Amino acid sequence: MDYFIELFFSGLTRGSIYALIALGYTMVYGIIGLINFAHGEIYMIGAFTALIVSTVLSIYNMPLAAILVLTVLASAIWAGAYGFTVEKLAYKPLRKAPRLSPLISAIGMSIFLQNYVLLAQTPDFLPFPPLIPEFAFMEPVSGVIGSSELVILTMTTSLMLLLTLFIKFTRLGKAMRATAQDRTMARLVGINVNMIISATFIIGSGLAAIGGLLIASHIGQINFFIGFIAGIKAFTAAVLGGIGSVPGAVLGSFILGLTESFATGYVSSDYEDVFAFSLLVLILIFRPAGLLGKSSAEKV
Amino acid sequence: MARKRTIMIFLRDVRGALLISLWFMFLTFPIMVIKVNPIERTVVWRWDNMAYVGLLSFLLYLAGRQYLKYRERRLESSRRQSMEEKTKRFLRRLSENPVPAYTLMAVAGVFALSFPFVFSTYQTNIMITALMYVVLGLGLNIVVGVAGLLDLGYVAFYAVGAYSYALLNLHFGVGFWFALPIGALLGMTFGILLGFPVLRLRGDYLAIVTLGFGEIIRLILENWNEFSKGPSGISNIPRPGLFGLEMPLETAITYLYFLMIGLVLFTVFVVRRLQDSRIGRAWYALREDEIACQAMGIDKTRTKLTAFALGATWAGMAGVIFAAKTTFINPASFTFLESAIILCIVVLGGMGSIVGVILAALILILLPEYLRAFSDYRMLVFGAVLVLMMVFRPQGLIGHRRRTYTIKPDAGRSGNAA
Repeated sequence: MDYFIELFFSGLTRGSIYALIALGYTMVYGIIGLINFAHGEIYMIGAFTALIVSTVLSIYNMPLAAILVLTVLASAIWAGAYGFTVEKLAYKPLRKAPRLSPLISAIGMSIFLQNYVLLAQTPDFLPFPPLIPEFAFMEPVSGVIGSSELVILTMTTSLMLLLTLFIKFTRLGKAMRATAQDRTMARLVGINVNMIISATFIIGSGLAAIGGLLIASHIGQINFFIGFIAGIKAFTAAVLGGIGSVPGAVLGSFILGLTESFATGYVSSDYEDVFAFSLLVLILIFRPAGLLGKSSAEKV
Repeated sequence: MARKRTIMIFLRDVRGALLISLWFMFLTFPIMVIKVNPIERTVVWRWDNMAYVGLLSFLLYLAGRQYLKYRERRLESSRRQSMEEKTKRFLRRLSENPVPAYTLMAVAGVFALSFPFVFSTYQTNIMITALMYVVLGLGLNIVVGVAGLLDLGYVAFYAVGAYSYALLNLHFGVGFWFALPIGALLGMTFGILLGFPVLRLRGDYLAIVTLGFGEIIRLILENWNEFSKGPSGISNIPRPGLFGLEMPLETAITYLYFLMIGLVLFTVFVVRRLQDSRIGRAWYALREDEIACQAMGIDKTRTKLTAFALGATWAGMAGVIFAAKTTFINPASFTFLESAIILCIVVLGGMGSIVGVILAALILILLPEYLRAFSDYRMLVFGAVLVLMMVFRPQGLIGHRRRTYTIKPDAGRSGNAA
């Protein structure tokens, strides 16, 4: 039973990280209908920035709390900046191009960013310092859930709540929903559509970076290639929940995280990634609109 | 006055370039400048990198602005029209009076035929690799370029071909010539198996599913030790034979080279014939507008499936030859990066253009081989090429010219007068 609960919590942790990345996919898709292939790379860059900033700060003997806050801020800001720049360089000139063009451009961006980090940093795995301390009060239940898992769960849940409130109630959030519904109409009522698209990329990238930081500190190592698999899995989660839908992305991520955790725990860990990919293929075949998505006929 | 205005505009460009370079210096600061070692807790500050980034983005921005202005000016002036007329006339002359085209082809033919006798075995080996990518590029070109289906898991079919020869040879001693059609058939079978359920999906979903499929195949090959011998791979795969003749290594490589030339010619022939056929036109039409196609009575799924299966067939064949060439295969040869390289060839060459794809394959494969200093930057450049081509020249190096028919009204009139 303990094993079951342990797997359950590790699945929830995985799922919540996937959710942070999947939100970026789903928001961007909702607004410009593009699968942002480079999103996984933004997550990887967020994790790298976090590693660099936290190591530098710890060498200068900052207190742990300050390191934590500054690292989170720095990685979210820089990842947001990367997201913003990628959109301006690779997607904005292609808004009116055929569907295939921005997708190929996104793949190119993803390969470029991977190799940029590979060349500027290192091709090897780097150890990631554990940013989250072991809490004393977690001692009795440490067999089934660790401190970092608890922090990841609370942090992701609160971020998702904040995002939901932001989209529902703020001016910018409303403008985002309007743009997602109908871009031309939104422009007609005076919404600066380009700014909204940029904002979406920045927010999505920031969330992905925090996800990258949390998981890197949980797993303990990173390299330039982590974005590829994480990106595909988060995309799977977004599609599973229905791409374009924010609650769908969260639901899909938790389902995917739990499935993976139980499958690797009870079946075999060799085929961890195969489970996710097979799930993706199956959903797309049987329910392409996803669990919470609306299926719509293509407009002419 | 005009001079003052140009200086003003130039100064504005410089200011823009300064801002851009500041932005990029900020953006690349953590990754480019700082390098940490988390174990020994040391930091290296590489400020020179920041200067390079700043300078490079400054110059690139200025160059980009000048290029855009130049393009605008050319668009405005009527000179552009006359330029276009000139190229059109030139192309027409080329197609009506095909002597220069034939001369070019003859030169290329002589070069290709004499290559292994002039250059060393090492060079020939590199050329064989390049030719293999030509075949792969032409195969993927059917899927991506002609039919407009973005297949990111093309390498999976390549792996199927390679492993079918390796395993058949290992267990049953099957020879190369017998394995070649089997590999092609297996590639096609996998193409149909994957394509059948997936091709009903919209384009971008197809991209992801094929990507996932490619990874599944690789992971299975890596983990299923009893079947594929896992990451250690299969070695001692025989080179292609010729009626049981024993050949020294050099002759075997020359032989393989001519085999590849033959396969390239065969592929070009098939693709050319297909492009002008009924199904080829259906592919182009599907690429342009699916809904209109369905209204015209084209069976969407079947037409797409044909393209997908044909592409997979060629990948399967190339896979068999790859296994025979390297005599050793393992799953590491079949990663997503391989698919990305092949896609880059198709995009750079110009989607649907045969000559373009051949040129692009030769450039992208041979350049990093000969410019060893740049080979580290190979994938970086490939990524940048994909983005730049999409933004600045979506039709590729050599855009595909669709076969068109023109009615010549004065020809008819003059006939009447006579």
